[in-house]
Parts: sequence; C-alpha cells; structure tokens
Amino acid sequence: MSNSSAAPRLLARFFRHAGPAVASVSALILGWEAYVQLSGISPTALPAPSRIIVQGFEQREALARHSLATLQATTFGFASSLTAAFLFSILIDFFRPLRRALFPVFIITQTLPLVAIAPLIVLWFGFGLTPKIVLVALVTFFPMLVALAQGYEATDRDISALLDSMGASRWRIFVMARLPSALPYFFAGLRISITYAVVGAIFAEYAGAARGLGIYILNAKNNFRPDLVLAAVFVSATLTLLLFGATVLLQRAAMPWTRLTETRP
Amino acid sequence: MSPARLQLQNLCKSFGPTKVLADINLSVQPGEFVSVLGPSGAGKSTILHLLTGASSPDAGQMLFDGQPLSRASHRFAFMPQGDALMPWRRIIDNTTLGLEVQGFSREAARAMVAPLFAEFGLAGFENHYPAQLSGGMRQRAALLRTVVQERPMLLLDEPFGALDALTRAQMQRWLATMWTRHRWTVLLITHDVREAVLLSDRIYVLSARPARVAHEFQVPLDHPRQGIGSPALADIEAEILQTLLNPED
Repeated sequence: MSNSSAAPRLLARFFRHAGPAVASVSALILGWEAYVQLSGISPTALPAPSRIIVQGFEQREALARHSLATLQATTFGFASSLTAAFLFSILIDFFRPLRRALFPVFIITQTLPLVAIAPLIVLWFGFGLTPKIVLVALVTFFPMLVALAQGYEATDRDISALLDSMGASRWRIFVMARLPSALPYFFAGLRISITYAVVGAIFAEYAGAARGLGIYILNAKNNFRPDLVLAAVFVSATLTLLLFGATVLLQRAAMPWTRLTETRP
Repeated sequence: MSPARLQLQNLCKSFGPTKVLADINLSVQPGEFVSVLGPSGAGKSTILHLLTGASSPDAGQMLFDGQPLSRASHRFAFMPQGDALMPWRRIIDNTTLGLEVQGFSREAARAMVAPLFAEFGLAGFENHYPAQLSGGMRQRAALLRTVVQERPMLLLDEPFGALDALTRAQMQRWLATMWTRHRWTVLLITHDVREAVLLSDRIYVLSARPARVAHEFQVPLDHPRQGIGSPALADIEAEILQTLLNPED
C-alpha cells in the first residue's frame, strides 16, 4: 500500500463502517426537522433540530463551562470507583468468604432508585463535587467489581497449574496470570460503566449543584426552553461517545495481542 | 547401586468414594525416558498432580534421589496438556516464565533462553505472540519453557494430545531427536501407544480405574527411533495394544 492511496482508503473504510449509522441518524434528524416545519408545532413543545443547533451555539460558553464540570465529576467519580473496585476485587479473590459477605450489600446498592438516593446524597454532602463523585461511584462500582471478579475466574487452569508447579506464590500467580486474564472482562465492564458514569453525574447535578449539565438542564426546563434542554442532551451524548471511544482505544493499546493471527513465515 | 531418580511405592489415592489409584509402583532412573500409558480416566493425570504437589497421596511413598518428595522441593519441570502459553506474553517472555518465578530478572532470563531458540526451531519468532504461531511451534515453545528451568526431571502430560495427527507425528520425531541429544530424565504421560514406543526406554501400562501397573515393557532399541514401519517397533506396539485391549490376560 503506497502512501498516496492511504488516506482515501482509510476514508473509504470509515464510510463503510460508519455509513449506515450516519445515514440512519441523518434520516431521523431530517424527518424531525420536516415534521416541525410542516406541522407548525410550537418551539416550546418540540423545537426543530435547526433551532437546537442555533440556540445551543449561542449558549456555547455556558454549555462548555457546565460540560467541564460534568466531565470533572465523571472522571473523579469514575477514578475513585475504579480504584475501589480494583482493591475490593483483589480482597475478594484472596478471601473467598468475603465475597459472600459483601456481594449482597453491593447488590442492594444497585437496587436503590437514583431518583430517591440522589437528593439524599446532595443533602449529606452539599452542592460541591463530593456528592457527584459519590453518586458516580455508586452506579459504576458494582459493574466494575463483577467484571474484574469474573475476569480472574476466567484464568486458564493449565496456566495456574503450571505456575504452581514452578513454585510461584499465590500473589505471583495473581499478578502473572489472573490479572492479565481479567483484562478483556475489565474493558467490557469499562465500556458499560463509562456510559453509566456520565448519566450518574448528570443525575447528581440535577438533584442540586452550582455547575454542571444536570443543573443546566433543570434551569432550561424551568425556563420553558426545551431547545436548550436538548442542546445539553446532545452535548452529554457527545461526551459519553467520546469517553466510550477513549476506552476502545485504551483497550487496543493495552491488549495488542488480541488482534493478531498466525503469520506464515 | 545409586537410588532411582524417582521412585513411587504403593501409591494410593481416592477422591471421595472413588478410588483412582489402587497401588502404583514405578521408578525412573537418571537419564531415562519412561512413559505411563493408560486408558482415558485411568488416573494418569492424578499421578502428575501428586508429583507436582497439587494433591497428596492417601498412602505410599514418593522418593526423589532416595529422599521423600516434599511439596516445596520443586524437582520437576512440568509441561501441562495444551501449551498453556500466556496469550499476552511474547514467545520469549513465555519461555522465561519458569526462570522469572525462580527469581531471575527478565533480562537475565531472556539472555539465558535466547541461544536456545534456533535449536527449538523458533529463531525469528522471539517477539511474536502465541496467537501468531502454529500448533507445533507453540508446543516447541512450551517444551523450551519446560527445559530451561533446568530441573532434574521433566514431567510431560500428553504434550501433543491437542495437535493434528501429522503435526503430532512430526513433533514426536522432533522430540526423539532432541531427547537423544540432551538425555533429559523424563516421565511422559500419554494414551498414544506409538508415541510411547517411539520415545521411551520403558513403558508402564496402567489398568482401568482403580489404577495399578498392569504391565511393564522394555523398549531395547537405539535412539532416536525414526523407524516408520520398523518391524521391531511395530511388534512392541502390537504387544502393548494387545495388553490394553485385553486387560484380563
């Protein structure tokens, strides 16, 4: 493959993969725009996509400021949840009875309705960053813990037996075999949790915050500006997609061997 | 006479109500290639688990160079069924695994295995991942990982069981050549009669469960045996098959 043909081929590949998605999303937006224009529905009930784009663009500084706050809450919350999930997964892997003791508690945390728990957390932790971090951690911790615990169990028995026969300690077997074996499960969990994380952060902000997309949406709604609500929704969707894409890239970088096949010399 | 490298005396093992090993007696001399042959489920792998310390016998003795074998002695380099290569490690880092566990740094371990890649037919594949290698090459890498540990004895658990018939035949002949050159002390577990006859000095044939040693065969032929259709090999092979198929004789 020569350099001159590399760019067009990459572009062609992109359209082959993304083409159907681009087409369906475009059709949806065009249909929406046409309906609003033809039916004459009030913009306070259903704003046209064109109006959302124009109004959103005018509000770009406010949107950027609030997005940044949401991004901050998401990353801090997700980072603490990842750290906690990792530490607990190790504890559970080494002390099996702990699993039976802790899992029911963690499962109960997953059954709490966010609508009920978010205002309480704001009540306890105030309007700052802390309640957002707590809520994001609450929604993402358990999926990550389960992913890691399952990943450790997926270790090839032959590999464990081999390391054991070599005289490796339990910790050594964990680091050399169980941890790398869990990587695919970890990344699968990461992709799911990162989408929960953004939603969790927005929910916490919605329950009460000084800054963030959640409070922006609440204010826009109270001012009867559905166009700005939807503009913020569009921004949060973009944010989620970007974070999702980042985890895919991270996985590719961390696990180069998964995309290899036998080469014939 | 010096003691045997490995001697198993009256080994018994049950799992719950199931008696797996009834009475196992066998010995391996230094530099000897010994095979344990038996029907599926006879308890061949149980013998290996006892040797590697993964489980302990209900009765009987395991002596290594005349001394009782202990859990922590790690006298064996073990090659499990399947290659058990770590998909996330490059081939060279898979072969250094045992040395790293022994405490060598990764660099030192690499320097120790690198000169052996040519002999094992893996030159140029040091930095490949296991997924990029054929089944035969993966098995050679697994054997390299086993022998570089420089343990006094190798335990091979059906090492070529997962390969296709042609590759298996090639690997058996390759191992025969390698063993003739190095004269490792080997205990091979297999259910492949031809493999056992091609490689071994002596062959123990196990009975069905609960296993005891039903027969012991000598293979008094020179190594390496490349004999395709050699009458001497065929005779022994037929005799062993006869024993396996008619255990009541």
